[in-house]
Parts: sequence; structure tokens; C-alpha cells
Amino acid sequence: MTEATGGVERDQEYGSGTIKKFMYVNRKAPYGTIYALESLEVVLIAAAFDQDVSLAFIDDGVFQLAKGQHTKAIDVKNFSPTYRALEDYDIEKLYVDKESLEARGLTEDDLLVPVQVVSAEELADLMEQQDVVLSF
Amino acid sequence: MKIGIMVNEGPYQHEASDSAYLFAKAALEKGHKIHRVFFYHDGVNNANKLTEPPQDDRHIVNRWSDLAKEHGIDLVVCVAAALRRGVKDELLAPGFRISGLGQVVESGIQSDRLVVFGD
Amino acid sequence: MLHTVNKSPFEKNTLESCLNHAKDGSAVLLIEDGIFGAIKGSAMSEKVKKAMERINIYALWPDIEARGMQDRIIEGVKLIGYDGFVDLVVQHNTVQSWL
Repeated sequence: MTEATGGVERDQEYGSGTIKKFMYVNRKAPYGTIYALESLEVVLIAAAFDQDVSLAFIDDGVFQLAKGQHTKAIDVKNFSPTYRALEDYDIEKLYVDKESLEARGLTEDDLLVPVQVVSAEELADLMEQQDVVLSF
Repeated sequence: MKIGIMVNEGPYQHEASDSAYLFAKAALEKGHKIHRVFFYHDGVNNANKLTEPPQDDRHIVNRWSDLAKEHGIDLVVCVAAALRRGVKDELLAPGFRISGLGQVVESGIQSDRLVVFGD
Repeated sequence: MLHTVNKSPFEKNTLESCLNHAKDGSAVLLIEDGIFGAIKGSAMSEKVKKAMERINIYALWPDIEARGMQDRIIEGVKLIGYDGFVDLVVQHNTVQSWL
């Protein structure tokens, strides 16, 4: 049992190297509630399991990726740099819902990491392909 | 089928824990197996043995403990979320254990279905 | 895919978001406060009826009863209990809870 895998023996047999498609859906803005931060913590742990991971940002979830987050005045840990670290964990599939961005007056340039901006239809297709969907 | 459950909210404040429990019960009645119930965010408060709800209402914490005992269900409370909220070993009701976030990922891998209850 | 929605469409845009991302032929189950998305004569009713042309919409009867909405559900919304909920989960490859 290791810290890195969050309490699971890594050499356990999951079913001959089962790889499932995991999607983490984020619909909430950061800081107003804890969901953005704690969902990111799940994603980081999940990276140790070599699954096919993608993240979807919809509705206010797109705000999680906004540049320029400075949290000193609210005395809360700024966890936005962690989105940049996802790449180091081989998590590169970050999908951002186009309509959600536009409705909030944001563009891809306003985001702090490279993402794939997708239409609702494209995202619906991606969701349909998933084996496991976690929402927070 | 083997079904995993995730509970993201605490008892009483949200209906999540109730919905999860009633779902779990229905699944068991149909002969399915509950792989694990994983408690995250405020869901860790479902493990608090000190809750004292009014006598004439359901006892959410005990209900989970009883279900776990009757059916051998693994009730796991996330260590990181628990520490944040002051839920420690000495606070746990019977049947609950504290472990890492990996347990929910594992549940996703090993179960046929994973159902999340939250806000 | 089975989608679940647990918030009233008058409180959050969860139902709207879900319907915008649910493919034709998928199932949407309204639970908890989500059942208010299934009531007739509301500002959402037409949108929901339209969605029913391409999506199977279910509502959890225990939550409907709890909220006194028994006589107010749009015709055609399939009413199920927790056992039906379990069946839906089993029948669909994946469950997405819109939170």
C-alpha cells in the first residue's frame, strides 16, 4: 500500500491490465466550493492507475482554468498551478465546452493550460465513450 | 453486477446519502453486489459515530453501519477529505474505514458500474 | 448512457446542461429535486417534452411523492422506483450523475 496510489496495492490483479476510460466532469467554479480542488486531487491519484483519463469542463467549471488566480487576499491555497502539472502525469485530455466558454465571455486564450475546446455535440460523443464518469 | 457507489455529501444536509443508501438497498435486493461505498467531500461525515438525530427520523450513520454489517459492504472514507474535516479513526462508526482516494478509482476499475451521489 | 439529474431546473442549469449533452436514445433519470424538471405547466415543460422526442426521461416516484408532485408530472415521463433505478443502471454501460 503506498501513498502514491492512495491506499491500494499496485500489483493487485485488476483483470489482466484493465484499462478503462475515466472522465472527470467539472461544472463548478473554484473557491466558492471545494469541489474543484478535491476533484483535482482524485485526478492526480487516478494518474497512478494508468487508466485512459480525460477531464471535461462545462458551465462554471471552465472558470477553474482561468488565468490570473491570486488567492492571497482570501487566504486560500491557490491550486490552479496544479492544472499545469497534469501534463507531467500524462493527463493531457482536457476538454472545455465551447458554449460554456462563450456564455461566460471567455476564449481559449483566457485559460492557463492547453485545452481542446469542443462543441456540446462533440463532448456528448466523448462522454458516451466513457466507462466511468465521476462528477463532483 | 458489481456496483460501486460514491457519496459526496454529508448526512441530512443533502439527500445524496439517502439516495445512495436506498439505491444500494434496492441493488442488494435484486441480487447485485455492492463493491464499495466511497465517501468523499463532506460525505466523510456519514461515518461520524457521534451523530444524534431526532428519534423519530432515520439514523443515517447507523443505517450505513447496519447495511455494511448485514451484507459485508466496504465503507471507505477518503483520508484526505476526512482529515480536512476532522474525521479520524476514533470518530468512525462501525463498518467504516479510512483509506486513500485510490479506493474509488479501484472501485471504478473493478466494478461494472460506478454511481455517484452528490450535490 | 444513463444520466441522472438531482437539481430543480429552477435552481440550477443542471437539467439544461444534461439535455444539451445527452445523445439521442439515452436515458435521463430525474431524482431528488430533479423531479421538478418533470412537472407540467412550468417554464421548463415544453423544453422537456421536446427532449422526450429523442431521449427517454424517467423520474423517481419516491422523490415525486415526497414533494407532493404526484398529479403534476408530464405525461410520458416514465415513473420508476429504486428498483427501476437499479435496472436502468444495469441496462446502460455507464452512469453520469450531473452534479
